Amino acid sequence: MIPAPFSYRRAASIEEAIALLQQYGGDAKILSGGQSLIPMMKFRLAEPAVIVDINGVPGLDTIEEHNGLLAIGGLVRETTLERSPLIRQQYPIIADTAEVIADPLVRNLATVGGNLAHGDPANDHPATMLALRAEVVARGPSGERVIPIDEFFVDTFTTALAPDEILTEIRVPAPPPHCGGAYMKFERKVGDYAVAAAAAFLALDEAGKIARAGIGLTNVYHKPLRAEAAERALLGQAPSDELFRAAAELAAQAADPTSDLRGPAEYKRAVARTMTLRALQKALSRARAA
Amino acid sequence: MTTTPIRGLGHPVKRKEDPRFIRGKGTYVDDIKLPGMLYLDIVRSPYAHARIKRIDPSKALAMPGVVDVITGAELEKAGLAWMPTLMSDRQMVLPTERVVYYAQEVAAVVATDRYTAADAVLAVEVEYEPLTPVLDPFKALEPGAPLVRPDREQKTNHIWHWEAGDKEKTDRIFQEAEVVVSQDLYIPRIHVCSIETCGCVVNYDRATDKLTIWMTSQAPHAHRTVFSLVSGIPEHKIRIISPDIGGGFGGKVPVYPGYVIATYAALKLGKPIKWIEDRSENLQADSFARDYHIHAELAATRDGKIRAMRVHTVADHGAFDAAANPSKFPAGLFSVCTGSYDMEAAHVAVDGVYTNKPPGGVAYRCSFRVTEAVHTIERMVDVLADELGMDPAEIRFKNFIRPEQFPYKSPTGWEYDSGNYPATLQKALDAIGYQELRREQAERRARGELMGIGISTFTEIVGAGPSHTFDILGIKMFDSAEIRVHPTGSAIVRIGVQTQGQGHETTFAQIVAEELGLPVENILVEHGDTDTAPYGLGTYASRSTPVAGAATAVAARKIREKARLIAAHLLEVSPDDLEWHDYAFRVKGSPDRFKTMQEIAFAAYTNFPQGLEGGLEAVCYYDPPNMTFPFGAYVCVVDIDRGTGLVKVREFLAVDDCGTIINPMIVEGQIHGGLTMGMAPALLEEIVYDDNGTILTGTFMDYLLPTAVETPHWKTDKTVTPSPHHPLGAKGVGESPTIGAPPAIVNAVVDALSHLGVRHIDIPITPAKLYQLLAEKGVAE
Ligand SMILES: Cc1cc2nc3c(=O)[nH]c(=O)nc-3n(C[C@H](O)[C@H](O)[C@H](O)COP(=O)(O)OP(=O)(O)OC[C@H]3O[C@@H](n4cnc5c(N)ncnc54)[C@H](O)[C@@H]3O)c2cc1C
Repeated sequence: MIPAPFSYRRAASIEEAIALLQQYGGDAKILSGGQSLIPMMKFRLAEPAVIVDINGVPGLDTIEEHNGLLAIGGLVRETTLERSPLIRQQYPIIADTAEVIADPLVRNLATVGGNLAHGDPANDHPATMLALRAEVVARGPSGERVIPIDEFFVDTFTTALAPDEILTEIRVPAPPPHCGGAYMKFERKVGDYAVAAAAAFLALDEAGKIARAGIGLTNVYHKPLRAEAAERALLGQAPSDELFRAAAELAAQAADPTSDLRGPAEYKRAVARTMTLRALQKALSRARAA
Repeated sequence: MTTTPIRGLGHPVKRKEDPRFIRGKGTYVDDIKLPGMLYLDIVRSPYAHARIKRIDPSKALAMPGVVDVITGAELEKAGLAWMPTLMSDRQMVLPTERVVYYAQEVAAVVATDRYTAADAVLAVEVEYEPLTPVLDPFKALEPGAPLVRPDREQKTNHIWHWEAGDKEKTDRIFQEAEVVVSQDLYIPRIHVCSIETCGCVVNYDRATDKLTIWMTSQAPHAHRTVFSLVSGIPEHKIRIISPDIGGGFGGKVPVYPGYVIATYAALKLGKPIKWIEDRSENLQADSFARDYHIHAELAATRDGKIRAMRVHTVADHGAFDAAANPSKFPAGLFSVCTGSYDMEAAHVAVDGVYTNKPPGGVAYRCSFRVTEAVHTIERMVDVLADELGMDPAEIRFKNFIRPEQFPYKSPTGWEYDSGNYPATLQKALDAIGYQELRREQAERRARGELMGIGISTFTEIVGAGPSHTFDILGIKMFDSAEIRVHPTGSAIVRIGVQTQGQGHETTFAQIVAEELGLPVENILVEHGDTDTAPYGLGTYASRSTPVAGAATAVAARKIREKARLIAAHLLEVSPDDLEWHDYAFRVKGSPDRFKTMQEIAFAAYTNFPQGLEGGLEAVCYYDPPNMTFPFGAYVCVVDIDRGTGLVKVREFLAVDDCGTIINPMIVEGQIHGGLTMGMAPALLEEIVYDDNGTILTGTFMDYLLPTAVETPHWKTDKTVTPSPHHPLGAKGVGESPTIGAPPAIVNAVVDALSHLGVRHIDIPITPAKLYQLLAEKGVAE
């Protein structure tokens, strides 16, 4: 439970952080909330020689709406998301997600940027961001680039970020009219990663039919999974229990979980189906209330 | 009269120990820091079974700050490579040839700081030749199975066979019985997971030749005796101090190799040594609990009267039998498994088996295997009810030992002291609205919903124990108290038991307050230091109140008898003319003439009668005449989520009877904690190994300790049936809820599915396990 020796650098600006990453290359790791990095270091699963702490970098911890976009700074803590009136009222799916991550102690430190950048299919924000069609803003030595969420998750613990890039912001399209989203997670106990979890986002047209659908799944694939076939099945349809069940079944079929202590693969697939169904139902009731 | 209230028995006195804990001012072993202290850390085996070919410490020794690397070869020269267990087995301190479980201690590193020690552990090179591990106790018993313990004379993995009851009579009843039910039950391996892990600080003072060990010990006196016997150091030169202990639950009764290695290192290096386990070491290598494979049968009449019980258990003890049971009871008090029911005969047999897993079989809040016993009988009664189509409450009423049968001689030889089982169950059923719940269940079933109601009416056995039957390594299981009243009427009480959260500093003060009529805040309770406390066997198995509590009451009564003589002297009457009433000695017939204990105490030092010794103190070593038998009736209501397999405990009512209650607030706290620790193995906790014997649940990420979120809202109530032989009428309570809760929960879940032909589910009832069952029965969503 004691990490290997390492040295610690605290960056005062984004430029300094990038310079440090360039200087140390693969030996360096960014520290945001430290809630994934530090446990891995304590188990000596990660042994970075240098920690580059970006918590002193100004301007990365804001939540703002502008130009039809919600912009969440990479260093925004889960607790901040959970409590933000803007998030709770306009983006309840994000509040749902933040609320079920780990426990309050972890959420006080854990950041949404770290949650995505870690590339862990067990983390909860990725599914939600997939369902919302978010974009990730990265800063590197050659400036800023915007990465669509569908291209962001490459494999387990691997994202599209280069080793010297820093995730600075997450952009979520502002909510269209008559929309609603929900995140449903099944865990063995509080603080656990999901057995399976589902994010569902729906927008209805004037006739009440489904105009937009997003479904993301947590911890049932080697990376965060967008259930595209399920989304397609919903589009243009009038919401119904039958339709949702069919979509949930398609989502479950897309899942390819591995058996472990959280349960056999078949079970996880079943839970993914149940969570998808329940997330869709809740998303619909929110969309209708909106 | 004193104006300060006494607050003796029955008062919800706030815990005297809490102000220091709440302020973070407790002193745990890891808070002990001595000048020049070195840190010890342990190299552990990555194999469950392997031959050690070579240990090369040179790289570690070359690291700056590393002082020493200790191996089994070195300990062997000192005669310390092995140590005795409390169960007359022996256990490796450090191996010389082979490792026999995953995470076993292989070598120890001593360094000038904790961090260097951790780095050096990884620098010790160990070459292993992996051997086939034996993990399944049934396979371990097969001929030709690899031997876990070739060091033993007996070339088998079988440790011992133990039985109780009348086999012949039991078999006869089974042959002629109208109805026989049988069931396999597995009670999996779990871990106590105290919040404070184990550890010690050892200091050897060369000038005084004294060895002082601060140690996470539930039984400091017994540990000192063991240390003295093993090391040859005279007992008065060893002082064991058990400071504040962050939970014991049975896991701090055994002696762990780390304690011995640290002591060896302190003696060798002449420097204080600190060894503190980290969480994973604690979870992976310290003694586990349970792991009983039980085959149980009941014989009954067709109208539901139980006639006999037959049980055979295979007990997986890991690589060393390092349980901490009384000597004559290798399977603990498992033979109390006939429970609250009157039957003609019973026969119980247990076989202990070695496997390549960490050692133990510790009594995790279970009063020596009573959790296993109660789980067996409370499940079996439901199995029988299901067979006969009877209501689980009805079958219990039909079979209860009746109040007038006490003291009741059980078919396995126990004498139950007191009880009123029907009254307690009736109280629980009325309070929860049992008939209404059954109606609701029928309605929900019709709608396809799964709801269940479970009952557990358990009998506990605590207070080990009478000297004719109970000892640990030959030391009789009495316990002790020493009370000294100071001239101004305050007192110090020293006891032989050791609190780990039970609140002894409060409840034992209340006993003295009640018996002597001194305000509870003026009574200081001390324990845990072998140089000052009287000898005792420690706190576990709910024995503190039944044994040391009795000792305290008896010691206080001895003081009161002397106080009577002093009061008579002060009041100038004959001692016979005095009666103890309303916390004072009063002249019979004129109660306004009295002396309080405070006045008497002052006189004991300033104005005592000729011929009497001065001072006011007493000692008692109490040998209990019998065990006490707390009991209770628990009712649990569950709803099952058909989409996930999750069991939601909607309601849980615990009606407990622990005899006279000393502090109702502490009793309620013990019950809340115990229920939570009972719920956890029923629904969440299990130690799991892979096929190589590597632990898969070696961190809290996978060993699922419940939090407040998973914990249902507990409702508690009580009946009071005092123990006839305890001076206060008190029984124990700490373990009743851990014992009573699991079958109540399992019975509720099985009840929810009984209409689908489900009769038993092994714990833990995880959502994954239950969902699979729902799918098999065609009711999964
Ligand atoms: C007990 C426990 C339970 C948990 N349960 C859950 C759970 O249920 N669901 C869940 O989603 N998460 C869970 N987590 C993980 C937690 O939410 C993590 O904190 C989160 O995944 C990572 O965020 P962080 O800010 O702590 O990142 P850090 O730990 O600081 O970093 C994680 C990784 O991302 C990199 N990184 C961090 N920030 C950036 C950045 N801005 N740009 C580029 N790279 C970056 C780091 O170098 C590191 O490799 C749990 C953690 C713990 C300790």
